[in-house]
Amino acid sequence: MIALPLLLPLAFAILNVLAWKSPRGQRALSLVGVALQSGAAFWLLGRVRAEGILHLPVGNWPAPFGIVLSADLFSALMLCLSAVVGLAAALYSQGGMDERRVRHGYYPLFFFLLTGVNGAFLAGDLFNLYVWFEVMLMASFVLIALGGERPQVEGAIKYVVLNLLASTLFLSAVGLLYNLCGTLNLADLARRLPGLEAGGEGTLIAVLFLVAFGIKSAIFPLFFWLPASYHTPPVTITALFSGLLTKVGVYALYRVFTLLFVPQGGYLPTLLLVLAGLTMTTGVLGAAAQMDFRRLLSFHIISQIGYLLMGLGLFSPAALAAGIYFMVHVVLAKTALFFVAGLVRQMEGSYHLKELGGLYARRVGLALLFLLPALSLAGLPPLSGFFAKLALVLAGFELRAYAIVGVGLGVSLLTLYSMTKVWNEAFWKERKEMGAASLQPVSPWMWAATLGLVAVSVAAGLLAGPLLDLSAQAAAQLSDPSGYIQAILGGAP
Amino acid sequence: MTWLLAITAGVLFAAGLYMILRRSLVKILVGLALLSYAVNLLLFNSAPLLPARPPLLPPGNGAPPEVYADPLPQALILTAIVISFGVTAFAVVLMRQVYGTLGTDDLNEMRCTDVPCEEVEIASEEEQMEEPL
Repeated sequence: MIALPLLLPLAFAILNVLAWKSPRGQRALSLVGVALQSGAAFWLLGRVRAEGILHLPVGNWPAPFGIVLSADLFSALMLCLSAVVGLAAALYSQGGMDERRVRHGYYPLFFFLLTGVNGAFLAGDLFNLYVWFEVMLMASFVLIALGGERPQVEGAIKYVVLNLLASTLFLSAVGLLYNLCGTLNLADLARRLPGLEAGGEGTLIAVLFLVAFGIKSAIFPLFFWLPASYHTPPVTITALFSGLLTKVGVYALYRVFTLLFVPQGGYLPTLLLVLAGLTMTTGVLGAAAQMDFRRLLSFHIISQIGYLLMGLGLFSPAALAAGIYFMVHVVLAKTALFFVAGLVRQMEGSYHLKELGGLYARRVGLALLFLLPALSLAGLPPLSGFFAKLALVLAGFELRAYAIVGVGLGVSLLTLYSMTKVWNEAFWKERKEMGAASLQPVSPWMWAATLGLVAVSVAAGLLAGPLLDLSAQAAAQLSDPSGYIQAILGGAP
Repeated sequence: MTWLLAITAGVLFAAGLYMILRRSLVKILVGLALLSYAVNLLLFNSAPLLPARPPLLPPGNGAPPEVYADPLPQALILTAIVISFGVTAFAVVLMRQVYGTLGTDDLNEMRCTDVPCEEVEIASEEEQMEEPL
């Protein structure tokens, strides 16, 4: 039953609505929900590994006519990532989410968000993908504005307007594609598009998809909503968003540009690589100018998206595998870093690097929890970031794409610089004045969530071999659409 | 008919884009609504428009008629309308909330999240909490 990772969060969203009056009940329910969801996601991954690409024709309508849910290895891997991030965020919320927001529906929204994200990973039909995107967006709109503090509503306006514009463009591309092919099933499209000689209309649709998903995944000229809004809600919500939302955009890019518009020859590979390079560079340079912990990390999200795009732009099986492994790495490391930022804020009362200081002397454990994902993000061995970048660089050398490899390595150095800056400011230097910040006790749940996620992130580095093998299998499925088409449509005409 | 709908969709797109580039929140809201109408028209136009050719099987005979109107775009539009209704309703509430919190509907005065402005962030901790979304 491949719909399980989709049905479980939906069921728990509804259960949480029913338990509206009881925040304690909702907190307990949420833990059960994310645990079950993780079980379902990893079980699905096991099944997809054993049995190949699975699909479920919803309502028993055969594939090109009805809606299908499909799960290949890439989808299953993404579902596992979303489950891990969901699990960590639910644990972190036990202590990190204030009573007021829980009373106003934090947990139902949390599960609706996961429903949308998982649905997008399972969608086998473009319009269905659009609908799941909207489910996810609606939940995220409310989550980002939940609480109604001044920076939040300001950030929410920018977030909402630009993401709605992206949805509009996405839907236009869907309409034009339907006009061109008469179908919206991904496998059916993948079968028909190559024979169509679409020409100008094909280019238009491809670029509309690129812009629409580009806004959602925050690539170079389209990322401005992200640093303007991501740092405004409580850090649990930011961590959840950074781990999941932009990655759904990247997932959609990978899906559309491996199945429908293959970047081989023509303008697409160059365009994708140029955008990848610029995304990395602007992201990391933007981060260099920031003194607010969360804003700095938000800019790093953008910079890492560039690497994911680089994997797609190079478009060899090795590069796609590197991109998929990079996705695993960045989701874990980034979410862990946001969790650490939340812990720092809880203990020291500030996100501002100038006001912080001396954390290494007073809190060695916290310093270590920051250091591991930070160095992983910068790409130091033996952490996951090193292997992810190594795989990308090797794939780049194989294709003689020296320019993008050079940019990638340079940005990696700048990332290290940026992480060193945080280390110097928050952990190393003397704290100027201790301030009147009321030091709140940190809930053990938050420690447990951060510790667990950092441990998983380190494990992803230590288990780089098996994970890279898995990514390579997923990439093999992506780079050969005929397997996907065969699995979904079977022998259908 | 196709041409008329295509031009109308184009005009709606242009007007919608122009409106979301304005500074006032209400105008942005109108722009978003116009954009969603434009997309709905585009979807409507994505299958050939055939008058009086219902996609129904004739009684007794199992085969569909040779030429029939494609019902799928209508189904897509219906879904899109429902979604855009929900989204627009949320946007209206959000903008009311923004106006209530900030006392302005001018986007140029909402730069707090783009440039560092610390005093606002600190001041906002407890004050504007009575009307949550």
